[in-house]
Formats: sequence, structure tokens, C-alpha cells
Amino acid sequence: MRVRVSRARAFVWAALLAAVLAVVAACGGGGDSGGGGGSIRGQTITYWASNQGASIQQDNEILRKAIARFTKQTGVKVNFKVIPWSDLFTNITTAVTSGKGPDVLNIGNTWSATLQSTGAFEPFEGSTLNAVGGKSKFLSSSWSASGKPGQTPTSIPLYGLSYGLFYNKQLFQQAGISSPPKTWSEFVADAKKLNNPSKGQYGVALEGASITENAHWAFILGRQNGGDLFDKSGKPTFDSPPIVKAVKDYVDLWGTDKVVNPSSAQWSDGTQALASFAKGKAAMTMWQNNAENNLRTNGMKRSEYGVADVPVVDGSNTPIMTHVAGINISIFKNSEHKNAALAFVKFLTSQGEQVKLNEEYGSLPVVKSAQQDPAFKTPTLKTFNQILAKHAQPMPLIDQEGQMETFIGDAVKQLIAKATTRGSVSEADVKAQLSEANQKMQAAGGGG
Amino acid sequence: MSVAEKNAVAPALEGVRRRRSSRWMGRRRLPYLLILPAVLFELLIHVIPLLAGIGISFLGLSQFFIRNWTAAPVVGLDNYKVALDFGSPIGHGLLHSFAITAGFTALVIGVSWAGGLAAALLVNSEFRGRNWFRTLFLIPYALPVYVAVIAWSFMFDRDNGAINRLLVDDLHVVSHRPFWLLGTNAFWSIVMTTVWRLWPFAFLMTLAGLQNIPKEVYEAADLDGAGRMRQLRYITLPMLAPVTGVLIIVMFLWTFNEFNTPYVLFGKAPPSSADLLSLHIYVNSFIDLNFGLGSAMSVLLLIFLMLSTLIYLRVFKVGGGSRA
Repeated sequence: MRVRVSRARAFVWAALLAAVLAVVAACGGGGDSGGGGGSIRGQTITYWASNQGASIQQDNEILRKAIARFTKQTGVKVNFKVIPWSDLFTNITTAVTSGKGPDVLNIGNTWSATLQSTGAFEPFEGSTLNAVGGKSKFLSSSWSASGKPGQTPTSIPLYGLSYGLFYNKQLFQQAGISSPPKTWSEFVADAKKLNNPSKGQYGVALEGASITENAHWAFILGRQNGGDLFDKSGKPTFDSPPIVKAVKDYVDLWGTDKVVNPSSAQWSDGTQALASFAKGKAAMTMWQNNAENNLRTNGMKRSEYGVADVPVVDGSNTPIMTHVAGINISIFKNSEHKNAALAFVKFLTSQGEQVKLNEEYGSLPVVKSAQQDPAFKTPTLKTFNQILAKHAQPMPLIDQEGQMETFIGDAVKQLIAKATTRGSVSEADVKAQLSEANQKMQAAGGGG
Repeated sequence: MSVAEKNAVAPALEGVRRRRSSRWMGRRRLPYLLILPAVLFELLIHVIPLLAGIGISFLGLSQFFIRNWTAAPVVGLDNYKVALDFGSPIGHGLLHSFAITAGFTALVIGVSWAGGLAAALLVNSEFRGRNWFRTLFLIPYALPVYVAVIAWSFMFDRDNGAINRLLVDDLHVVSHRPFWLLGTNAFWSIVMTTVWRLWPFAFLMTLAGLQNIPKEVYEAADLDGAGRMRQLRYITLPMLAPVTGVLIIVMFLWTFNEFNTPYVLFGKAPPSSADLLSLHIYVNSFIDLNFGLGSAMSVLLLIFLMLSTLIYLRVFKVGGGSRA
């Protein structure tokens, strides 16, 4: 039988074939030869870094240089990307869901327990832990916030951070305040003295729309008041009296005390409060130590500000001033270049790099060998180190830590918005909002 | 015909039949082949994820199982029960979000349609500069969503935004610097932004509809002494009904599902006065890591929209052949 294939049909078959091939190629995706065993020289790994510097560009510069040193040493190339905080958690969970992610990544250490429970990251034990230098090289306080107690951690510390009270020396002098406040009531009184809204000057700079900041302060001030976010059996206690008081004290800064810029009820990107402080528009701020980097970029000299202990609620028996803050580093279980990834993690947690990177970022080293370096003996870093060593406690190390931060942080954000637009919030308002967050937490904590 | 003649004709007939049948097969198969890639991609991108989403709504898919969906426990209708339990905070939050979205949609559609109609009537009449107006009116619709909404979020900024600069600093209309992205004002901000983006679409569709109304009808009405408003009410609107019917339902589906605008304006933690449903569901899924619950909410939303659309199409007989 003579078959005459018309040109149209030939074209259609060709187009169909092309479409199918395109789909197959796209789905096949990124299969370079696995990096198992043997030499790691010549391999390339991907790294997702968090935004630690004053800007993403600054992070890019700092990391580029560090990676150049690493590549020179080991021959391993690193493709890195700096992800802003607003997107980091979502990017990580997307990578976990799809199974496709970087080889190495930074995480906020408060997320360590939540991410540990996904089972998507390489556990650090045995030979894996030895490959990065073993547990004993790390500071125990930083290590304690790396996962659920009693379980193998899936992330290890990278940079150490803690909160401190930054204050503007000149403004304090002008107002006749001789030393930074030690108690919460002193703090509010000083803030009121330094408050001058008609001149655009405020007592304190904070970011009321930042979920993470709000969650941290609910925890810290709650602990100062003798309370906790969860009871011994693991049930959430967001609406218990100490937490309600703590949150009300914090929200009152926008409400009845009015010692913050009302616009800060909208701020959330981690730069606005610091810019306000750096420009002298606020006399104090409570921030983590890497803020020094940001202040320097905004033109504030080291001599113009001081760092003191975070004010503690009057009569407190539990003077917690910070949660054990910091950045951890993890390796994806699906990574095809585990040995190269481990080499990179070992490099970043080596003494030399810990000194260089933490100095550039204004953070604190997490390895014992780097702690004694003179770079960290400045008066401000000494204060932060003290706070981290003596007055720090990890945020609750539970599977739903990430969601907990969202529920509480959002509740406080809504309260701050109410306080700013209405003038103040009552204790009943605070309790109601926290009860709602509490119920959401209970619903989320039902075993998944 | 003799047998010999039949035998002579038979192969020729056979050839004709074969040619006709092969031509028949070619002509019939070609259209299907042409749409096959589109159908494949439609299945891959729309249908299969939709079915997967419905499947997830019956699973307890939380952070423990996102790495391996098949290991997630089957919880049956539990997610739906949580979503519909209006006494508990999650169900209450969903109901609240639904109410906000319904009010938002009604307002946006009303204002957009009215504005679109007014602009279409304006541009439809001959006057100098009408082309310029036509282009100007289309700009909001042509701008990329994110660019436009980010620009709006800058304008809404309390301290430096253009809106407060105008109202407080220049015109002194308001003395207390209002917040636009916090509190109850957030609702009006998002209504304003969405109307700004959507009304050019209503304008376009209505204009096309207007141009299909024959001028003779208006001329006849003028002769009969009908004024502008009467003509609008008795000629324009009824003759626009087919266009309006489709326009309203399309705008309804778009606006009810609106995600981009609230996400860009408010991020992942919107104020409660502007807690639109799509963003609410997103937060429940990706921020709270409870994908089973988020999927159940999505399915409920889908059911609501489908029912609304079916009822609407039935009642207003849109697109049906029942209009002569």
C-alpha cells in the first residue's frame, strides 16, 4: 500500500515529539555525576546563605571572598545565593517538599527543631560529625539550641547572636541620664525623657510588624516575668498571666507609653529600626549584635553608641536577656555531593573562618578556639558575649517552633497595630489575642 | 455488469475506497493531534494538581510528611471539620476571611463596573482627545501586577507615602497621619488598589459591547424624545446585558480569588480587616505548614465558587441560547 504522508501530518508528529522531549528533559533535570567518595576536587556545590549583613550586596562580597579561600584550599566550587529573611523559611520548606534544594544552607537556629522533624537534613553524628570537627569544638550554649534535646541534631552552629540594649551616648548625655537603664521601669522612664515626637525623635526604635522580633520578645520578657510559652507537658501557655503581662508591657511601648515612632508598627525588614537609631531619630534600640554592622553602614561611629544589658522586669528571678540566637548550617539529605558539602561546613566552622566571618558580620564565634581572638574583645562584643553566656535560654525546642513563632509573632503584631491606631490596648485585649494564638498552637500541635 | 467487468472495476473501486478512507482518517485525526499537546499540558498543569490538591485535603499533611506525601496519615474529613468548626479559632478565622472577601468582592465589582460603564460611555461619543483617554484608561490594566502594587504600597506608607503627603501635608484635610496598611484602613486600601487595577477591564468589555449597539436605535429614541438617562436605562443597559453578564461573573471569580494584591501589600501576615481568602489559605498552608487543612479550605472555596457560578449562569441565563 502506498502511504503518502502529507507534510502537515509530518509537521504535527515532529511538533509532538519535540513537546514530549522538552517535558522529559525538564523533568529529568540536573543530574550531574554523584560526588560519592574519592576526591572532591572539581565538584560544585550550591549554598543558600541567609542575610547577615546590612544588605544582600554586602553578604555577596563577604561570602565571595570566603568561598574563594575555600575553593583555593579544596578545589571545590560553590554556587551561592543570599536569601532575604522574609523568604528563607518558605524557600527551605519548598525545597524540603520538592526534594530539590541546595547542598548546604543556613537556617535560623530557632527553626532547628522544626526542620529536624522534617527528616530532610543530614543528621550530624558519627562520621558525619567527625568530618566537621566533632561536637566538642563548639560552644555548649550554641550547641544547645541546635535541635530537640536527646535527638541527633540536623544542623550545627555557624554564627552566634544575642540581643543587647543599644543606646545613643550623646542623646543620653543631653537628657542628663548618666547610665543605661537596668530595669524595665527605668527603661520606660528613660525612653519617655528621650521622647520628643514633635522633633521626630523617639525613645526607642523597634519593628512592630516583624513576626520574629515579636516572637522573641514575647519569649524573653515572658521568661523575665517567670512564665514560659509551654508548660512541662508541652501544652502551649501563651495566655498565662506572665506572658500576658510581658506582651502588654511590650505593646504598651506603642500604646500607653508612646515612646516609639507609630510608623514602626509597620516596619518589619530588619533595617528600618536600625536606620532610625543610626540617624539619631531614636535614643535606644534592642537588637542582636549583628546590628553593629548595619549601624556602621548607616554612618554611625562606634564611639557614638554603647551596648548595655537588656533591661529586666523589676523584681525578676529569671533575668533572661536573650534567647540563644544564632545561625546554624545544615546539609540536605538529598545532596549528591555530601563530602564536598561537609568540607565546606568544616571550613566555615574552622577557627580562621570563624574569626574572619564573625568579625565582618559583627556576630559572635560559635567555636571555642575562636572565642579568645582579640577581634571579639571590643567592649560591645564583650557585653554580647556575657549576655549570651550568662543570660540566655533557647526558644522552645519543639517540632512546631516555626509555626509557634508565626502564631505569637502575628498576635503581637495585631496588638501593636491596635495600640497604634486606637491609642492603647487593655489587658483583656491582650489576653484574647494570645488565647486565639494559643488555640491555633494547640490545633497545630496535634501530632501533625 | 458482468463478472469480468466487476473484476476490472473492483481494484479501482478498492483504490478509491482506500484513498477516501485514508483521506478520511487523516482529516479526522489531524485536529486531535493538533490539540493533543495543549490537552497534555492542561492535564499536567491544571487537572492533575487539582486532583492532587483534593487528595491532600483528606491527608494530615504537615511538616513531618512533606518530604514523603504517601506516608501522611489519611484523616478523612477531619480537615474539613476543623475548617468548618466556626466556634474554634481556625474555623472562625476562615469564616471571617470569607466575609471580608465577600464584602471586598461586592464593592470592587460594583465600583469597577460602574466606573467602566461611565468611561465607556464617555469614550464612545465623539470628541477631541478620545483616543488619548482610551489609552490612559487602559494603563492600570496593562501594568504588571507586582510593579503596580509595589508602587501603591509605597504610596500608602505612613511617613513618606504620596497619599499622606497629599492629604496631610499639602491639603491639610486630615490632621492625624493615618495608617493605610494597618487597622480598618487596610480594607479600603486594598479595595482602592484592586478597583484601580480591575476597572479598565470592565471598561474594555463594556466599550466593545457598546460598539455593537446600532446607532439607529439611539436615533429612533432621540426622535421619540427620550432623554439621555432614559436611553441609558432602556436601550444601553438592556442591550449590554450579554456583555455585562459575562463581565460580572469573570470579575467575581478573579476578585474572589485575588492573591497577588494582598500578598504584595501585606506580606504573610495581613491585618484582620484585609484578610482575603486566598492569602488566608496560603498562610494556613505554607506559613503554618498544615497543607492538609489548607487544601481542605481550598476545596471548600472551589465548591463555593462553582456553586455560585452555576447559580449565576442559571439565573441570568448567560451565554445560553435562550435569548433570541
